[in-house]
Amino acid sequence: MIVKTIKVDQLARVEGEGALKVVARDGVVQSAELNIFEPPRFFEAFLRDRMYSEAPDITARICGICPVAYQMSAIHAMENALGVVVDGPLRDLRRLLYCGEWIESHTLHIYMLHAPDFLGYAGAIEMARDHADIVRRGLDLKKAGNAIIALLGGREIHPINVRVGGFYRAPRRRELQPLAEELKRARDGALATVRWTAGFDFPDVERDYEFVALRGDGEYPLNQGRIVSSRGLDIAAAEYDEHFEESHVEHSTALHAHIKARGAYLTGPLARYALNAASLSPIAREAAREAGLGSVCANPFRSIIVRAVEVLYACDEALRIIDQYEEPDRPAVDLEPRAGVGFAATEAPRGMLYHRYQLHADGKIADARIVPPTSQNQPSIEEDLKIFATAWLNLPDDALRHRCEQTIRNHDPCISCATHFLRLDVDRGR
Amino acid sequence: MSTGVDSAREGPRIIVLCIGNPQRGDDAAGRAVARALRASPADVEIIEEEGEATRVLARLEGADAAYIVDACVSGATPGEIRRFDVGTGPLPRAAFGASTHGFGLAEALELARALGALPSRCVVYAIEGGTFDIGASMSPTVAAAVDIVAGRLRADILGE
Repeated sequence: MIVKTIKVDQLARVEGEGALKVVARDGVVQSAELNIFEPPRFFEAFLRDRMYSEAPDITARICGICPVAYQMSAIHAMENALGVVVDGPLRDLRRLLYCGEWIESHTLHIYMLHAPDFLGYAGAIEMARDHADIVRRGLDLKKAGNAIIALLGGREIHPINVRVGGFYRAPRRRELQPLAEELKRARDGALATVRWTAGFDFPDVERDYEFVALRGDGEYPLNQGRIVSSRGLDIAAAEYDEHFEESHVEHSTALHAHIKARGAYLTGPLARYALNAASLSPIAREAAREAGLGSVCANPFRSIIVRAVEVLYACDEALRIIDQYEEPDRPAVDLEPRAGVGFAATEAPRGMLYHRYQLHADGKIADARIVPPTSQNQPSIEEDLKIFATAWLNLPDDALRHRCEQTIRNHDPCISCATHFLRLDVDRGR
Repeated sequence: MSTGVDSAREGPRIIVLCIGNPQRGDDAAGRAVARALRASPADVEIIEEEGEATRVLARLEGADAAYIVDACVSGATPGEIRRFDVGTGPLPRAAFGASTHGFGLAEALELARALGALPSRCVVYAIEGGTFDIGASMSPTVAAAVDIVAGRLRADILGE
């Protein structure tokens, strides 16, 4: 038995190290084990004995790319525990903030991490040398997302203006107008992005995923909705633990989440699109149709197009919210601490994010549970690798590693980052 | 995060971009240099960033000169200081290639070069780090290097 090892050195400021072990016998992949370091785990213990009001600022630190998702999930779960529903303009502002995060995170993934795979470049720098205008378009688009977060969140990363119950300060109507101008340009750039990604050359593969996403009441899901699946699941966030479980696997520090009744499932753009395409705005729906996506897209390599459609939707939805915005009477609703348990799920750019908090009567956190998209998608990513890698086994190790990295990048910017440090062990059994 | 200096001044726009994560051991080095420099009356913008490449790229926009401070891992002794003139060549990506999101300073600067957006003067001070554990404090040798780099930057910028 020969085990080949290709090692990529570990570098500075690394939150994740990825390792992939592929075992093949007689030319067929028997197993593909992805080992990802999972930073959010530390936060659950860190949150204990903190006040409920501190959770948004603490959880924002879990991710520099999707802090809003962590903040919003924590806020909604706390409000659920405290028996408060935030509605009206404050709800709209939260949706606007989340649009900013989708634009920013998806654009980073599309332009910097994923597109070079399809155009045959080692990375975004090499791509920029030949396609400077395209990369500039991506950077401009990302800036529009940043601008939303800076305005509503008080700064571009780790927003500080949001709180349980609402915001510390709500923007005036006139403050949102310059943002609208920027978003109109961004919407054009987003439409161009859909058309650009639709022209890439995709492997002709499909997977029979169980898609899991939120479903809003007639709206494409961001902050709220019931948890639904393509195989009939339809539950409230409070029922998540009854239907989903996390388990330790020997080869990874990250927990793996499964649907108790069936097993692996997929969250993220493909799932949201499959379960909510009809709720997209007309411009996004038309762009998806023009890009040939159909009502369900089960080819994970085409997830880059779905991401682009979601960026277009987020620009469009942000403009709708700004257009209809009415300044609220107060930036936040009143809250009284009480003992209780709160649940929430929101749609982080890379997939569903579930939070549960138990509070003491004085408002201190007794227990916290956070299930990030990474751990939910990891079993499906391993299945992708197991199914697809058999066809690639005869490739040299460098090419095989690239295909495996690309397969991981189809799903998750954070995992795709970890795979920049991917150590690949191939055991071909010969 | 700017010092709030008068943006209407007529001289060249000089930025000092201090990169790092204050909660991760020696990765705090760049941010510590920012704090040391804030005490100086320099007419420069002192900016702190965590290192995501497109944000670094955005910070470089419109700057005539950029001085950048970051921790690195190259196998050298922790606390060792190196100075790179990025105008004359790229950073060694092996030492700077990774931020939290796998797309870091070296990539940001090369992307800026590819897009014709690299400031005409661009200097990177690298402080070799030893520990990057979550919640760890900065090691004494790196803390000493922070003071030295802050001094060299004052000399670079102010001619002190």
